[in-house]
Amino acid sequence: MNLQSVWDARVQCAAVVLFAVGFSSLLLHRNLFKKIIGLNIMETASYLFLTATGYIRGRTAPIVTGSAAEAAKYVNPLPAGLVLTGIVVSVSFTAVMLSLMIRLYREYRTLDLDEIYELVHSDPKEGRA
Amino acid sequence: MIYDIPLLLIVMSLISSVICSFSGDRFSRGLCIFLVSCSLLGNGTLAAHLLSGGQSVYYMMGHFPHPWGNELRLGMTESFMISFFSLVMLLILLGGGRSIREKTEKGRRGYYHALVCLIMGSLTVLCYTNDIFTGYVFIEISTLASAGILFSRGTGRSILASVRYMIFSLVGSGLFMMGLIILYAITGYLLMPELKESVCSLYSSGTYAMPLISSAALLSIGLAVKSGLFPFHIWMSDTYSEAAPASSAILSGLVCKGYIFLLMKIIRDVFGQDVYYGMGMNNVLFVFGVLGVIVGSVSAIREDDIFRMLAFSSACQIGYVYMAAGISPLAGTAAALYQMFAHSAVKPSLFLSSDVLCACRGDSRHFSDLTGAGYSVPLAGIVFTAGALSMIGVPATMGFVSKCLMGGAALAASDIKKYTVLGVIALSTLLNTLYFARTVIRIYTYKDPPRAGRAGTEAQKAFAVPGTVFALLNLSMGIFASFLTRVSEKFAGIL
Repeated sequence: MNLQSVWDARVQCAAVVLFAVGFSSLLLHRNLFKKIIGLNIMETASYLFLTATGYIRGRTAPIVTGSAAEAAKYVNPLPAGLVLTGIVVSVSFTAVMLSLMIRLYREYRTLDLDEIYELVHSDPKEGRA
Repeated sequence: MIYDIPLLLIVMSLISSVICSFSGDRFSRGLCIFLVSCSLLGNGTLAAHLLSGGQSVYYMMGHFPHPWGNELRLGMTESFMISFFSLVMLLILLGGGRSIREKTEKGRRGYYHALVCLIMGSLTVLCYTNDIFTGYVFIEISTLASAGILFSRGTGRSILASVRYMIFSLVGSGLFMMGLIILYAITGYLLMPELKESVCSLYSSGTYAMPLISSAALLSIGLAVKSGLFPFHIWMSDTYSEAAPASSAILSGLVCKGYIFLLMKIIRDVFGQDVYYGMGMNNVLFVFGVLGVIVGSVSAIREDDIFRMLAFSSACQIGYVYMAAGISPLAGTAAALYQMFAHSAVKPSLFLSSDVLCACRGDSRHFSDLTGAGYSVPLAGIVFTAGALSMIGVPATMGFVSKCLMGGAALAASDIKKYTVLGVIALSTLLNTLYFARTVIRIYTYKDPPRAGRAGTEAQKAFAVPGTVFALLNLSMGIFASFLTRVSEKFAGIL
């Protein structure tokens, strides 16, 4: 792998870095809200990767006005469709996670997952059934 | 006409989930049971047609033929798998009615049943789909729906458990998504047969070797994380012990198996067994499977809460599936598939019968309170014992056949794998015997005159028929194992 190929795929490289950032904050952060932000960074990074891969310099969106024979002028529309579907999925996940976060905050008055664990295990009312 | 059934069932489950969310408790339950029965009947008919020599087909969805459009692959194993899932789901809904009623708020059970319909729909798609991106979307739908049935109980603990499940699941989805994108970037296809062709030519020519391996790794790890393979099994203990037992049964018996089945389809239909095992990716699954079996068993021994014990036992059983799949492409895959059948038939029966056992002791889950519960609710005790024997691997149960197949697959493998598998099976059988025998002895230790209480009697009454069917399924499939073995071997490509 030489430097030129890295430079050609710079957007993809950035996407992979962003993915790693999002992934690690989703997995390692103690604060639930920051976990959700990490989730969004991770998902957005994968859409960036997909969009960058689907884009070919010098070609346009596949809106065919003249003859359909010049297929080489257009890019594949499928990656954009996949990104749209993916966005729908991640929006619904974010919504559910945020609503669960609100429920947890109402119950325990904190968003720190470690503190919530401690509260849960020290609360006799909620003691293991 | 017969090939339209799966699509019809998918659409039906999506529509019924919308109707359920608007309707009352009783109607939604009825609709949900009706849907699952239709699924059992419809998929069962298709499976019977395909088993008796019918042709497997690629069913075109929408107006575009392959390689552009979306497709279902209506094959024999796929239709049999989903019929089996529908049967288990039906039994869970019938037998777990009490736990759904008691652990969800009144007037909101419509939502619960809506989510069950969604899970049924997404399981159908996961079994049949021939398009890997459709697989991704329905993985996410089933994750969301199963998170929903986990926090339906509404307590702080169950919400926390559900958040924990979601976090692990999202990590898995992220990895799966990335693997999918890399695979799409290097091949340009999303349909499995075209992907396989393209992957084979890439692998043999050696182009894009690194992206190919990383996409295989990401797809496998993503689905393994979601299905709870070691070390990502730690969400299980909290989740399964806090959720309603019916939800735990659905999650451990069906949803996790749906993910694993998709992974097995990806191995067979996307990468092809030669390429996947050639890349050595199976060894990763094998190592983590072995660790999962041992860690799951050891953790289960330390628990004094019956549901947490069952959760760790699930981790151990899922370890078995991955270990078997890692042994070898043909016999190993068949053993893994049989193990999936065995676990998805037995674990729900254990969760539901434990719920009945606990019901007659004031819903206490501690071993100390369960002394003699087997005398108070005899049927639940028998079903639990049958399940426990299968988990241990006693002959005439499904667990025995799956361990036999695993051992058989290992004998033909390399020396390291052979001795590891045989050693792990021996060790884990010993450990399983320890904690399941401890439970069975506990529930059959005669203390006071048996007292079931009203809750216990009612719970047992509702559980009578589904519990009996669960126990019979376990024993009959264990004694007449050749049918399921043949289905598994056909999937693996041996027959």
